[in-house]
Amino acid sequence: MADWIGQTEDIVYSGRIKVPYEWSVGETGSRFLVALRDEKKILGTFCGRCQMVFVPPRKVCGRCFNADMEWRELGPQGTLITYTVPRYKESIHPLSHPFGYGIILLDGATTGLVHLLGGFDGGGLQTGIRVEAVFREQRKGDILDIMYFKPV
Amino acid sequence: MERVAIIGVGQTKYERRKKGETFSDMVYEVTVKALEDAGLTIQDIDNVVTVSNDFWDGRTISSMAVQDACGSRHKDISTVEGDGLFGAFYGAMRILSGSFSTTLVVAHNKCSQSRMNLITNAMFDPIYSRSLGLDAITSAAMQARAYMDTFGVTEEQCARVSVKNHRNAMDNPLAQLPMEITVKHVMESRVLSDPIKLLDASPITDGAAAVILANERAAQKARGRPVWIRGMGHCCDAYHLGDRDLARSPALRKAAQKAYSMAGILDPKAELQTIELYDAFSYMELMWLEGLGICEEGGAGRLTDSGFTAPDGPLPVNRSGGCLSAHPVVVAGLTRLIEASLQVRNDAGARQVPDCRTALAHGINGPCGQSHCVMVVGR
Repeated sequence: MADWIGQTEDIVYSGRIKVPYEWSVGETGSRFLVALRDEKKILGTFCGRCQMVFVPPRKVCGRCFNADMEWRELGPQGTLITYTVPRYKESIHPLSHPFGYGIILLDGATTGLVHLLGGFDGGGLQTGIRVEAVFREQRKGDILDIMYFKPV
Repeated sequence: MERVAIIGVGQTKYERRKKGETFSDMVYEVTVKALEDAGLTIQDIDNVVTVSNDFWDGRTISSMAVQDACGSRHKDISTVEGDGLFGAFYGAMRILSGSFSTTLVVAHNKCSQSRMNLITNAMFDPIYSRSLGLDAITSAAMQARAYMDTFGVTEEQCARVSVKNHRNAMDNPLAQLPMEITVKHVMESRVLSDPIKLLDASPITDGAAAVILANERAAQKARGRPVWIRGMGHCCDAYHLGDRDLARSPALRKAAQKAYSMAGILDPKAELQTIELYDAFSYMELMWLEGLGICEEGGAGRLTDSGFTAPDGPLPVNRSGGCLSAHPVVVAGLTRLIEASLQVRNDAGARQVPDCRTALAHGINGPCGQSHCVMVVGR
């Protein structure tokens, strides 16, 4: 091995990738987000063959490929299937502590919705408790129009 | 049917930060080690599968950045953006196609070079989940809770996995976190996102790994005794976490069934001598043991309590220390295959499982083990 190996200062180059995107939400997703924004309603889609109500709504049932899905209004209450309360701070967190993440089985749905939990003092969460959607005042047509789900 | 052998393996030491090394430096190191292990030269390799992740590497087509280092110039090269065991699966398929005789599979990552929470946040759907700020830890924490609540598995039972695997790592000179710790240490470590604590989680790791796969004819040219892939399978669950039963792993069950049936294994608990599985978090070892059919659903905590998976137990699991002791993301599944192969070769040094004839390697991809790959290797 050459004698200079291990004798050199290790240079580290710092960079950052920041690239804008314009993601099309599609017709099915757009109807879901418009209903959140304009009516404070959570919509899902129902596959009659599988007897499944999906939220977020699917254009096509991924299980049986049925494209004939029906719209259903869900919630705004539901049951907490699982949850966690992060204790670290990260720039991507949309709420300040204490907040949680949960999977909520909305009334009328058969799949869970992953979302934020808020409006609690850090404790009191438990699998199986009832939670309710709290909507943002100034809604913009994105998933954060539901600010969080809070224990009922 | 043609058989596929593992004829050479190579690993870097797994470290928190390899400040002086590029991706290529690591890939070259493990490629040369695997060639030396097999007794081959780079001219003997007729195709290459690289495994890397563009987000982690911070560039598109990250596979091409290591082309010189893996000797793929003017050769057939393909890539897997996922876990390294899936790369080995693909490499084996390329040999079974009849088009190739000797495949180099090489995986690299330097998790130290970016921010784990931000990178893993990007695996979630940009429209419905990403802006919630979910990452690998918070999503896994929800799975851990679902699993523990469904079956009554305790945090102490998960902690025992961490104690065992860090202790196992003390026999592995390549591991990053060999540690003698107790259940109390794990229980009192900082909560990251309940029920997951710092010592339930795998570390940030830099490293690379390589294997050389060969058909029967090419395997005869290799220096050592080949390790044969006796069975393999992979299967994927739904993408949206809310669509899945997070407390169970039906995709792993199917992947394992395929691998067992190909290998002619009827009772994996009795016929395997060791398992190397993807324990990114302590609870995962328990869930994956159940998915692999080693015990009934919800029973892996008690199985671990009984010492069944301990180094001196009937079926040592993660004798290398597992991902809890070194977790280079996308490399780690290939590491599992290498460790399983070393066991079958009787080359595992201080961590050797006695009379190991058949071993299992397992890898995952996607949030909360969305996708699973299982490989059974034997003499």
